[in-house]
Amino acid sequence: MDALLEPFDFAFFRNGLMVATLAGALCGLVGTFVVLRSMSYIGHGLSHAIFGGFAASSLIGVNYLLGAGVWGVASALAIGAVTRRRPIGSDAAIGVITTASFAIGLVLGDVFRGPQQSFDAALFGSILGVSGGDVLSVAGVTVGAAVVVFFGYRRLLFSTFDPDVAGVSGINTARLDALLMLVLATSILVTMQVVGATLLAATLVIPATVARMLTNSFSRMLWLSTAIGALCGFVGMMASYHLDWKSGPTIVLVGTALFVVSLLVSGRRGLSRVAHVGHVG
Amino acid sequence: MSDLLQLRQVGFGYGHHPVLEAVDLRIDPGAFLGIVGPSGSGKTTLLRLLTGALQPTEGIIERRKGVRVAYVPQVETVNWNFPVTVAETLTMARIDGRVWPWRSKGERAEVDAMLDRLGLGGLGERHIRALSGGQQQRVFLARALMSTPDLLLMDEPTSGVDVRTRHEILHLLETLNGEGTAMVLTTHDLNGMAAHLPELVCLNRTVLGHGPPAAVLTPAVLEATYGARMEVLEHAGMPVVVDAVRQVEPVRAAGRA
Repeated sequence: MDALLEPFDFAFFRNGLMVATLAGALCGLVGTFVVLRSMSYIGHGLSHAIFGGFAASSLIGVNYLLGAGVWGVASALAIGAVTRRRPIGSDAAIGVITTASFAIGLVLGDVFRGPQQSFDAALFGSILGVSGGDVLSVAGVTVGAAVVVFFGYRRLLFSTFDPDVAGVSGINTARLDALLMLVLATSILVTMQVVGATLLAATLVIPATVARMLTNSFSRMLWLSTAIGALCGFVGMMASYHLDWKSGPTIVLVGTALFVVSLLVSGRRGLSRVAHVGHVG
Repeated sequence: MSDLLQLRQVGFGYGHHPVLEAVDLRIDPGAFLGIVGPSGSGKTTLLRLLTGALQPTEGIIERRKGVRVAYVPQVETVNWNFPVTVAETLTMARIDGRVWPWRSKGERAEVDAMLDRLGLGGLGERHIRALSGGQQQRVFLARALMSTPDLLLMDEPTSGVDVRTRHEILHLLETLNGEGTAMVLTTHDLNGMAAHLPELVCLNRTVLGHGPPAAVLTPAVLEATYGARMEVLEHAGMPVVVDAVRQVEPVRAAGRA
């Protein structure tokens, strides 16, 4: 038992654990909409795009949250506009915007030889650099996302389930989509240090997918996904310390294990629930 | 303005492809109107213009001030894998006023009353996929009615349902119309649905016939609308449309054999 509680003696671990649990809850909450709106690819792309902003801001000496935040929001709005208007295939456009941004980040990191440790953390996640300020940032965005979902619950549900009819019923779906993209971008921004850009999409998708396997109700899926995300963050961080593994991959592996267990428990019924999630038919 | 909606010389197109041209239509508060026409004739586009989701590229649509419009989509367009219960589906339509996610005591009573009224009592906690075809249609009708509309627009409300369910839905719509809700629906079903409505519009890019079924379901109007010869018989005082091409098909087949 003492060995299990040993890491709590270290401030960096307590901060890391808080951030990982909050980040898991945040990704679980936002991930519900990502999965049900078939935005997994957007989430994946956006986390890569924000990495470009991270690299650029750390090289020119601008605050990471500010630089990568502006970059991320701009990418999110560009992706949102492309997805809505479809001037070209949206998948192709998202691929070009986000991978180009990711490539810029990699090249900048290589050419200018920035602090390698922080680049690794942004790519694969680390709890070493988590400060009290990071805890506050993640907590602030988590509360903000919860407020948006709480007060916009019915409109978000309607526009996610049936966007055409929601629009006819007086809901400004374009504004709601943009708001959701902003929430997604800021969520990715503050959780990237813990989970890493390359693995962030998994923390958005896995809790929501597990929750979908377990329930047929939207409200229950929201709660379950948030709780599962928080659980993955907490258990993943504990395992990361004791096994001396990177935090991001460990959190994702805990989620994957939970996914497999849920699949075995819910069986064919659970599989059928997630087989076509986000698709009409 | 006594009409709920009035369309004057309305046209709509995508780029250089006109979908609708010079459509004139008035929808009064007691309307129970069916729109018939072949696939691609502009029926759904006309409905979307009436909802306000699309804006006409020509002409004008006048709406009575404060008119509440609700829309029931085609069941084929519904995402049946979405995690949503029947009660959640009805509640999502109540977006004005209450900001809390959960239902108030009054809303729970309203949802229960609406479900009872549409023959869905006790199914509130069921997933929308775990319902019969007729029940699924009625859930989306119930959602539309939760916003207490003056005008209900329905896209193919009886597609894919059996004869008995079609009768039930038609009877329900007649009752709602009698209580003061105006209805406009599209249908492919000329005999099972359109012939039972008090007013029909035959549409193929523009309005080719408008009036009661007996006046509109004629060989001339139907040929102009569908581009195919049809015969109209009479049964129990109602028109019955028969596909004239299909009538001669078996004879040809027998000849070949």
